[in-house]
Amino acid sequence: MAYTEEELKKELETKEYEYGFYTDIESDTLPKGLNEDIVIAISKKKNEPEWMTEWRLEAFRAWQEMEEPEWANVTYKKPNFQDISYYSAPNKKPKYNSLDEVDPELLDTFKKLGISIDEQKKLAGVAVDIVMDSVSVATTFKKTLAEKGIIFCSISEAIQEHPELVKKHLGTVVPKKDNFYAALNSAVFSDGSFCYIPKGVRCPMELSTYFRINQAGTGQFERTLVVADEGSYVSYLEGCTAPSRDENQLHAAVVELIAMDDAEIKYSTVQNWFPGDKEGKGGVFNFVTKRGLCEKNAKISWTQVETGSAVTWKYPSCVLKGDNSIGEFYSIAVTNNFQQADTGTKMIHLGKNTKSTIISKGISAGQSQNSYRGLVQVSSRADNARNFSQCDSLLMGNRCGAHTFPYIEVKNKSAQIEHEATTSKIGEDQIFYCNQRGIDTEKAIALIVNGFSKEVLNKLPMEFAVEAQKLLEISLEGSVG
Amino acid sequence: MLEIKNLHANIDDKEILKGIDLKVNAGEVHAIMGPNGSGKSTLASVIAGKEEFEVEEGSIILEGEDLEELSPEERAHKGIFLSFQYPVEIPGVSVTNFVKTAINESRKARGLEDMPANEMLKMIREKSELLEMDRKFLSRSLNEGFSGGEKKRNEIFQMAMMEPKLAILDETDSGLDIDALRIVANGVNKLRNKDNAIVVITHYQRLLEYIVPDYVHVLYNGKIVKSGTKELALELEEKGYDWLKQEATV
Repeated sequence: MAYTEEELKKELETKEYEYGFYTDIESDTLPKGLNEDIVIAISKKKNEPEWMTEWRLEAFRAWQEMEEPEWANVTYKKPNFQDISYYSAPNKKPKYNSLDEVDPELLDTFKKLGISIDEQKKLAGVAVDIVMDSVSVATTFKKTLAEKGIIFCSISEAIQEHPELVKKHLGTVVPKKDNFYAALNSAVFSDGSFCYIPKGVRCPMELSTYFRINQAGTGQFERTLVVADEGSYVSYLEGCTAPSRDENQLHAAVVELIAMDDAEIKYSTVQNWFPGDKEGKGGVFNFVTKRGLCEKNAKISWTQVETGSAVTWKYPSCVLKGDNSIGEFYSIAVTNNFQQADTGTKMIHLGKNTKSTIISKGISAGQSQNSYRGLVQVSSRADNARNFSQCDSLLMGNRCGAHTFPYIEVKNKSAQIEHEATTSKIGEDQIFYCNQRGIDTEKAIALIVNGFSKEVLNKLPMEFAVEAQKLLEISLEGSVG
Repeated sequence: MLEIKNLHANIDDKEILKGIDLKVNAGEVHAIMGPNGSGKSTLASVIAGKEEFEVEEGSIILEGEDLEELSPEERAHKGIFLSFQYPVEIPGVSVTNFVKTAINESRKARGLEDMPANEMLKMIREKSELLEMDRKFLSRSLNEGFSGGEKKRNEIFQMAMMEPKLAILDETDSGLDIDALRIVANGVNKLRNKDNAIVVITHYQRLLEYIVPDYVHVLYNGKIVKSGTKELALELEEKGYDWLKQEATV
């Protein structure tokens, strides 16, 4: 462990949401509500070409005809979509030569988030494209990446600078009309990241983006598109924190991954949106559509650590289109207090000899409800498809719930599908055993939870794993009395 | 070292310990024997501070300090170690990681820094050799898939690492074959010194051939009904517990 006991102790003492602060930066915000004019206005603000405006409008029209999905195992008060402002950008779009020119308050925010751009520049080879309330304000390491022909920028910038790439791929994995929230996102997305790795290039650093909701009452609609051309490799990290707010905040992101022949994409997420307080008040609604497409011999791995949000609805999926392609899903979902999570994955086997692995670890505490929902689908053409799924649930206390909804649809006799599931409870005997060895209950729970989650934590890049481990501990503190 | 006075303890309003008196000095080994259900394991749990037991009367004093108000972890920090009859499994947490955490938590409670990694490694090497443990064993998840013997050996390994003042070994011999018993007993004997004390809880005299006690006590129906030296254990082996039960009821 890279952090000291002292630090850990401090972390554990922090009872309130760690990132619950709010930055007062002047914003350029559109009026609340959603109609075609707003969609056009967003597109104008981003100075987008006409084809993009049209694309958004098509999505908006489709969205208007759609209904919010209700099949997930969650209950919440539906957002009033006319009471949300769909665009908010930091006022001074910075074009800085050095950090000294950056709004000091913004820098302060980064500090609280634990991201020092300065350090990031020097250290560890992590390029950060920080999304602060919808507009990308800082991009580093661009040069190094450019030398390899890698494009890593905000999606808005990509629409301006690389329209042919965006036009070719946007909406190909998650179509505009895919689902209610994907359609909404397609109409109003204000920013997000774009990444393109050219043929045969191995991205030399982990790419990361930090998301953050910062304006009261603005929904955040991120759009991420990662394209790995033939034979390339990229590892992408996404981390989220949000300030505490009383009213519910809507987050409906879309992430599309495209792994062409022989390419590999590793996409890791640590999600820590504000989960609401102990009474279940406030918190972020996180309705996300994430999907990846694998061509021949390609591989996509999703790894996620979900600790935040009041309501989560999220199924990072893989479409295994090409022969011999591989999809992986490693997930830890933690729910505490009144949080609700309905999360899992879809593995769609279309090509021959396709393989998928699903490892899902659900941890429920307080009065929360934690559901795994997964689909393994094998089409008639997908000879010799293989899937292994493992869903483990850990319960803390008597008032929480763990649910598993595995769906399996197989249309090819040669398929091999395995599904394992376990449910366990942190026992008083385990706690007493730890106590007897001098380990207090809080630390004992952290130890047990980390052990339970290890298979997934091990899949995260090193620096993320440490962060994720801390997050697990913070999220569960006070959950066993 | 340890002084127990008139200890009464209940679980779910049922009295299990009915007035125990026991005095253990530094450097001594005491054996507590007795038939099933006599309260042996309860006594161990109560000394360690397990919360489901209610202490109704009496006191447990360690080096002059009454333990009543102390939590199990605080008692551990004071140097009490319990080798469990049924050690629990903690999946995904390696033996090494667990022991490291335990040691550093106790050090923290005593105001010490974490044990430096090289020192820890050295100690792990020494103590695992003492118990003739395979190094691979140390990277396995705590007690997960361990045989009965491996679990017990792991308990004594932890004892060796924690260096307690007072170690209570609860049925450490159960589940051990004769070779493992010898190794574990040798380990325990090497850990004996003039500053610590060991309380061995056992059904059988067998373990006491290897860990030779200074005193033997017989617990029956929540009370110590007879105390003596190691010869008492032999007598019990020969005659069983029935004669004592009769004596106790008279």
